[in-house]
This record gives sequence, structure tokens and C-alpha cells, in this order.
Amino acid sequence: MTMMTMVQAIRAALFEEMARDERVMVLGQDIARLGGVFRATEGLVDVYGPDRVVDTPLAEGVIVGSALGLAVAGMVPVAEIQFLGFAHQAFHQIGAQVGRFRFRTHGRFGAQVTIRAPFGGGVRTPELHSDALEAQFVQCPGLKVVMPATAHDAKGLLLEAIRDPDPVLFCEPLRGYRLVKGEVPDGDYTVPFGQLREARTGEDLTLVAWSAAVQVAEQAAERLAEEGISAQVLDLRTLVPLDVDGLVKAVERTGRCVVVHEAPLSAGFGAEVIATIQEEAFYSLEAPIARVTAPDTPYPLAGIEDLYIPTVDRVVDAARATVKS
Amino acid sequence: MEPVQLLDTDGTLLPGAEARLPDESVLKALRLMMLSRAADRRAISLQRQGRFGTFAPVMGQEAAFVGSAMALDPAQDWIVPQYREMPALLHHGYPLERLFGYFKGNAAAAKIPDGVNMFPIQIALGVQIPHAVGLGWGLRLRGLPGVVACYFGDGASSEGDFHEACNLAGIVKAPVVFFLSDNGWAISTPRRMQTAGATFAERGPTYGFPGVVVDGNDLFAVHAVTREAVDRARSGQGPTLIEARTYRIGPHTTADDPTRYVDPAEHAAWEARDPIDRVQRYLAAKGLWDGAAEEAWAKEIDAEIEAAVEVAEAQAAPSADDLFEHSYAHLPARLERQRDELSRRGWP
Repeated sequence: MTMMTMVQAIRAALFEEMARDERVMVLGQDIARLGGVFRATEGLVDVYGPDRVVDTPLAEGVIVGSALGLAVAGMVPVAEIQFLGFAHQAFHQIGAQVGRFRFRTHGRFGAQVTIRAPFGGGVRTPELHSDALEAQFVQCPGLKVVMPATAHDAKGLLLEAIRDPDPVLFCEPLRGYRLVKGEVPDGDYTVPFGQLREARTGEDLTLVAWSAAVQVAEQAAERLAEEGISAQVLDLRTLVPLDVDGLVKAVERTGRCVVVHEAPLSAGFGAEVIATIQEEAFYSLEAPIARVTAPDTPYPLAGIEDLYIPTVDRVVDAARATVKS
Repeated sequence: MEPVQLLDTDGTLLPGAEARLPDESVLKALRLMMLSRAADRRAISLQRQGRFGTFAPVMGQEAAFVGSAMALDPAQDWIVPQYREMPALLHHGYPLERLFGYFKGNAAAAKIPDGVNMFPIQIALGVQIPHAVGLGWGLRLRGLPGVVACYFGDGASSEGDFHEACNLAGIVKAPVVFFLSDNGWAISTPRRMQTAGATFAERGPTYGFPGVVVDGNDLFAVHAVTREAVDRARSGQGPTLIEARTYRIGPHTTADDPTRYVDPAEHAAWEARDPIDRVQRYLAAKGLWDGAAEEAWAKEIDAEIEAAVEVAEAQAAPSADDLFEHSYAHLPARLERQRDELSRRGWP
């Protein structure tokens, strides 16, 4: 075990997988010599060389589109989109092409492509760097959507993503890159997709979150504990595939639930979580399920982002109301 | 930039031009061009009878696709198509009954056979150009000698993907032949509304590689310029952009009505430059082609097409498995439930 930040854990996964499998290559903007704007790929080019660690032109569409061709040629590309907010410029390649390539070729070819993209607010970025677009990609069948919250999971889920025969969008919470620290196993391990993590045990209600919102939920649970409310925290880890059984079992036990996410309210993935719970566990519910999310406005300039991002206070208020009702 | 041309419309070689294709290859090319033309007509008829879905005919552009495909080695080279390149796909090993299976709307029947180096037919315009660049780049990284021919049209050249892909291809010297078939139309939008540039080929040098314009209805010229581009790519010198000037004699698809926008005089002028007539005249002058040969081949070709239609129509009806089997390599539990639910209900 080694204490690592999340970005160190991601870098460790890339280093180890490139050593283990010589087909693995990374490509993206500023990822080679600079080591990525967050240094997630720092040092890779020195070890694995410029053929496998490639600074591409500034063009999201061809970063993702060429990754599909590279995969068919037998490489295992890990493409980086510098910020998820710019993934709109590759949306046609991610959803319509990479995501459904196995389907379109009736299984003749897969698309073993990993797309890494940092996202999320709280670090005072310029416009479009912080948007939480994950739900938009959940509507791209064939694609898996992975949202690690801890350093341990960042490494284990990234290794699982790179080895997955299907394409994976791997969203990294940029405010967690250096803030989130934890014990990370040395050497090889994977975290399977579709298995949520119980980040904190609790009896009175279940807080459901993913990525950086897990920390917000954990801090809220800490505060709630001080007032005698025992909150369970679930980290979904992967939105596609979704751990329906784990989610339903947890809510059946507590009967109360609050979903927390950084994306806008309407048709955010929280809506899917709630719809699933009401389909599968409606008669276990003791109270309406609440959502704590960003509002349905564009992501603002940095000066007012603290108002936009879900806060611990808002989660605590929603949890109190849910427990009382 | 003047188009490269070797064969005149009357079927004679232009002064100084040399036919690099032996007679045997020219006959094979003609057979494929005639098959393509006849398959177009059959597919349109089947669509009218409700037995096929929307179909995009090739007619008028056969020399561009046959000449270019003949410059490739199907054993090691790849084709990344758009959707109007039937004879190139057939030459590369994609069976006609599978192509028909695709237009019938049956994914299992359309599957690219193992060993055929081809991407699936692409309906979104230009999105396949980045795929072709990645594929060529990847073949080179793996030390393989393959070259990728990427097909698209004048309309697709307006997409951002065209620019992004050519730009990257120049930088990584991807072994790709960008084959732009300028057939004059993107549905009803004429070429002059796609670009104010004199040629498409002139964009090549701005990405650091050559561009060449060729008479797309001249089998010999298309084959020669593509062969040169393939050799260049295979020897590590990078991509080439080929602009093949041809004309869409038929409609955009069976859903289109070109009488609303095509100038009949322009259409007639291009019909006089028909690529199949040109090759037949060339062979006739050599004593290798006559009316009897045409009649015999037409019969053979009809039988071949009927056999392909039969295979395509005999395919098992799709089931819920076809919907789910290849959505993911390993179907997530949530989709298993959806599959089982639809399976239980049976065919609507």
C-alpha cells in the first residue's frame, strides 16, 4: 500500500498497464512532453517513447475517432480529452461511432478504447472546463461510464477500463486530483464495473453519489451523525453498468434516499437512480426521494460556482427533511 | 490543376498514355462495373417492391471505385467506406449478398466476413475519415505493411472531421489514401455550394501531402493515380488526397427526386462520358468485346444477382438476441433483463 493522491493513482495505473501490455498507448493534447495539464501522464513519454505517448493536434473529434481506428489495428488506445466540457466536439465520435461500433459490425470488431476526461467544479476554471456531462453519455448505448471517487478506485477502475473490450468514458473529478488521497495497493488489481461501494454505513437514510459528490455526501453524513442521524453513503462508481441490485438492497433497508450530483437537475443521472428505486423498491420507501444537484442553468463563471455546486449544507437540509417526512 | 486522364471518352488512349492494366484485368474490371450497374437497377426495383430499404445507387461512378480498389491488395490493405462504393467493397471481398443484407436492414446478414479488411458502411458523412487515419497509423505502429483507402464524397469534405483527419494524417504520416469522389452532388446541393476552391485536391499540400485530380470516369487514370498513392503510403511517405471527378447519374437514394434540381443538359453531357461505355469501346477496338459478349455477360450477371438476392432474402428473421448480442462484449445485467422482457413478448 502507498498513500497517493488520485492523480498519482491514475498515473500509476497508466505506467503499470503500459509496462504490462505493449499495445497500450496514450494520446491527447499536451499529454507527452508536458505530462498533461494535470500531470496525469507525466513521465510516460520518457519511459514508453513518442510512438506510444502522443501529443495530438488540438482536435477532440479526431482524438476519439482515430482511437477507434487504432483499436481496430490492434492497439489499445487511452485517449485524453483535456476537459469533459470539450467532449461536445467529439460527441458524434463517442456516442454514434465508438459506442456502437461492436453493434454496427455485428461483433466483427469491438472498440477497446478508453477516453479519460477530467470534469467538475470548485477549482475556478474558465468557462466550459467544469461541466458535469455524464448523463449525456449514459444515453450512448455501447459506452460504459465510469466515475471514480477515491484514489484506490481510480487506479483499479482505470485498469479495468483499459482492459475492457468495450469503450469506456472515464471521468476524473478534477478537484479530487490532489485533494483526494488514500491508500492504493501496489501492483496489479482491478475494481469490477457495476459494483457500487458503501463509502459509509448508516441506518436512517441512504445518500447516493458518484465522483467528487461522494465527498460532499460523506461530509454531510458526518454532520448528520452529530445530530443523531445515521446516513449511509453509496458511491455508484459506474453509471453504466449500474449496480441496480446494490442500490435497491440499500434503499430497501433504510427506506429513505437522497441523490447528490454536480450535473443539472433535469434528466440528470439522479433521475435514473430515482426511477430505478421506485420501480424496484417502491413499497420500501418511507419518504419521497430527494435530489441535491446543480440548477438547470449553464455552468457559471467561477465567481458564482459555489452557489451552483451542491454543498454539504444543502445535502444536510435535504437529508433532515427526508428523515422527518 | 488539370485532371489526370489516360483514356478518351471514345475508348482510345490519349497521346503518350500507357495502359498499365493488362487486358485480363480490364476485363475483370468491366465485369465488376457491369455487375455494379445491374445490381443498382435490381436494388432500386426491389426497393420499389418494398423488399429493400433505402438504397444509394452507384451508377455513373463505377470506374472511380473499381479503378481505385484494384490498386489495393485485399490481403493486407483496408477499405473504410462511406456508402456508395459497392464495386470497391465487392472487389475487396465483401459478398454481394451481404451488401444486399445491409440494404434489407438485417445486421447479421450484413456482417463483414472474417478476413475481409473493411469497415462497415458509414451513413454519417465524413466521420469515418478519422477512423481511417487511426487505422493506418495503428497498422504502422504494429509494423504491418497495410494501406487504408478511405472513401467519401464532395459533401463530406465540408465536415470538420475531414479537416481534423487530414491534419493528423499529415503529422503522423498515416498510410492512408483519401479518395474523394466528387460526383457533383450532396443530395441536391451542387459542388459549387460545398467549396469556393477550384479543386478539393489543392487542400492536400496545406496538410503536408500531395493532392491530385483525376478523371473519375477513366478506369486507367483512377487506377494509376491510386496505385501511386498506395505505393507512396506503403513506403512510409504518408497520405495522398485524390479528387476523382465523376457524376451521380442516378438519384442520391431511392428516396430522392433529382428532376427537382438536376439540369438535364448537364446530366446528358455526363451520360456521354459513361465509364462503362468507355472501357467497352477500348476492349472492342482490341477485338475483345462485342455484342455477343455483352449479352452473355448480362445473363451471367443477372444470375449472380438473383442468387445474391435469394441468399439475402433467405436470412432468418431477426430476434431480440440480434438487438442485444453485440451491444456489449459482456451484456450488463440491466440489458439482460431488457432482452428477456422483449424475448418473452416475441415478435410484434
